[in-house]
Amino acid sequence: MSGGNSAFRITALCIGIAVLYLPILVLIGYSFNASPLVSVWGGFSTVWYAELVRQKSLLDAALLSLEVAFAASSAAVVLGTLAAISLVRFARFPGRFLLTGMVTAPLVMPEVITGITQLLLFVSLLQTFSWPHRGFLTIVLSHVTFCIAYVTVTVRSRLQGADRSLEEAAQDLGAGPTRAFIEITLPLIAPAILASWLLSFTLSLDDLVISSFVAGPATNTLPMLIYSKVRLGISPVINALASLIIAIIGTCVIAAGWLMRRAEQRRELEMREAERANAATALSGARDRPPLAFRSPS
Amino acid sequence: MKRSGNPWRWLIILPPLLFLLIFFLVPFFYTLKISFADSVIRIPPFTDVLTRTATHHLHLSLSLASYRRLFTDHLYGLAYLFSLRLALCSTLICLLLGYPIAYAIARSRRSTQNILLLVIILPFWTSFLLRVYALEAIIANGGLLNTVLLRLGVISHPLVIMYTNLAMYIGIVYSYLPFMVLPLFATLEKLDPSLLEAAADLGSPPWRVFLDVTLPLSVPGIVAGSMLVFIPAVGEFVIPSLLGAPGNLMIGRVLWDEFFSNHDWPTASVVAIAFLVLLVGPIAIYQHISGRQLES
Repeated sequence: MSGGNSAFRITALCIGIAVLYLPILVLIGYSFNASPLVSVWGGFSTVWYAELVRQKSLLDAALLSLEVAFAASSAAVVLGTLAAISLVRFARFPGRFLLTGMVTAPLVMPEVITGITQLLLFVSLLQTFSWPHRGFLTIVLSHVTFCIAYVTVTVRSRLQGADRSLEEAAQDLGAGPTRAFIEITLPLIAPAILASWLLSFTLSLDDLVISSFVAGPATNTLPMLIYSKVRLGISPVINALASLIIAIIGTCVIAAGWLMRRAEQRRELEMREAERANAATALSGARDRPPLAFRSPS
Repeated sequence: MKRSGNPWRWLIILPPLLFLLIFFLVPFFYTLKISFADSVIRIPPFTDVLTRTATHHLHLSLSLASYRRLFTDHLYGLAYLFSLRLALCSTLICLLLGYPIAYAIARSRRSTQNILLLVIILPFWTSFLLRVYALEAIIANGGLLNTVLLRLGVISHPLVIMYTNLAMYIGIVYSYLPFMVLPLFATLEKLDPSLLEAAADLGSPPWRVFLDVTLPLSVPGIVAGSMLVFIPAVGEFVIPSLLGAPGNLMIGRVLWDEFFSNHDWPTASVVAIAFLVLLVGPIAIYQHISGRQLES
């Protein structure tokens, strides 16, 4: 590759990364600003972090959001994985077209539209069946809906890439199709399932628009509270809160990515060693000698 | 489990199918129903479309008042046009910015590639709301950009970016850039390098190779990335409400106000239905047709 080309590449990357990260870094910087104004640097201070712990409404909202995110991402992972299996493994079934549409549409559907339609559903259900009352449950249900889409996309592509022959070999050796799937393919797609759980968790934790529609008047999630505080301008307490959230999520994502990569590499290494052992056995067998591993040291 | 016709497979298919039917598709029919209701002051704030009379007959009362409002009140037409224009321009800027980034990542070594992808994806994992808010600290009148430019003497008065259309452009491009880069990267990565070499060997200068080979082959990525940016951007709410001028015409914000400030649920439903019919419907049909063409 020519020098000019690589200079261009590096410039493009630097601009991209700067665009993506500069605002976050500036925000973290300001969270340590003793002055409440962004235009004045009042010196280094952790006063806003201390203030954060004192605001009980923020802690309550954070707790609620964490509970919602945990419930929604767990349910979405189960339903989304089932949807991915359906779409990859069953070539045709009635409703396949519908399911394909319904797992892709939430990815592009503007949140205001999803939010208003789901609220109207919940309100109509409440009128007819006196259930569900708006609050924790309705927020979780609506979050599950959009999280399923992200889970299905992630698990689906992983499942398409998974080698079917291993599972078939297990079935040839007498395992039932369900057992073959659980013991062979499930471990293969496990990283994708874990990643999509994490993604669902953070997306649910972050959702403002859909929650605002379906939450009802008495319930406040963390993003709703943050929105009500920053709508009228910059709030130093929220700077501290935002820096904290970004730091926690960033650390979790990097750690999870690193752990998954290590697990992957170990798996690949084991596969390669198994192949090498097989090859060695085959080679030595051809020469009428016991396999290398079993030969006694002479 | 996998043989088609096995009834057990419905144990796998039905849970997600039913869940999405009830909580994703059925809501649109309720919205359609309520779009024909009248707005009244009570809880919930709309009239019944279907009622059961004393003689157990179903009584249907359709009101077209909200639809009439959509066409007579110019606010909605202007809002749609404004949102479409803003989203279209932002998508183009995202494409111009995102393409070189995706190209650069696709041409890097494997080990670098993984790290760069993580770097691009990481902001997407951190809060959307907080990232939009973070922009405020930079572009506000007393923000970092103005402070630096004033100190350097480049400008004598602070630039007014906050609460303008420009702020919304910056917000959308900044927030949606990863959605453009990732699909572009996915197609550029699959590009066969031998094709590029062949074109270069046949005497094409690099820019011709790019225009004749790389660009046409990356069209699926361009389309996918543009969809992922354009449609949500048209209906964006957080960015116009935090960065845009008060009372700006982004359709997502108009719908939000109709709902939360005016408590006019039927009109909000009509705006949502119109959004689907005008935007999501045509794109879905286009995708369906182009998918068919690709298969045949």
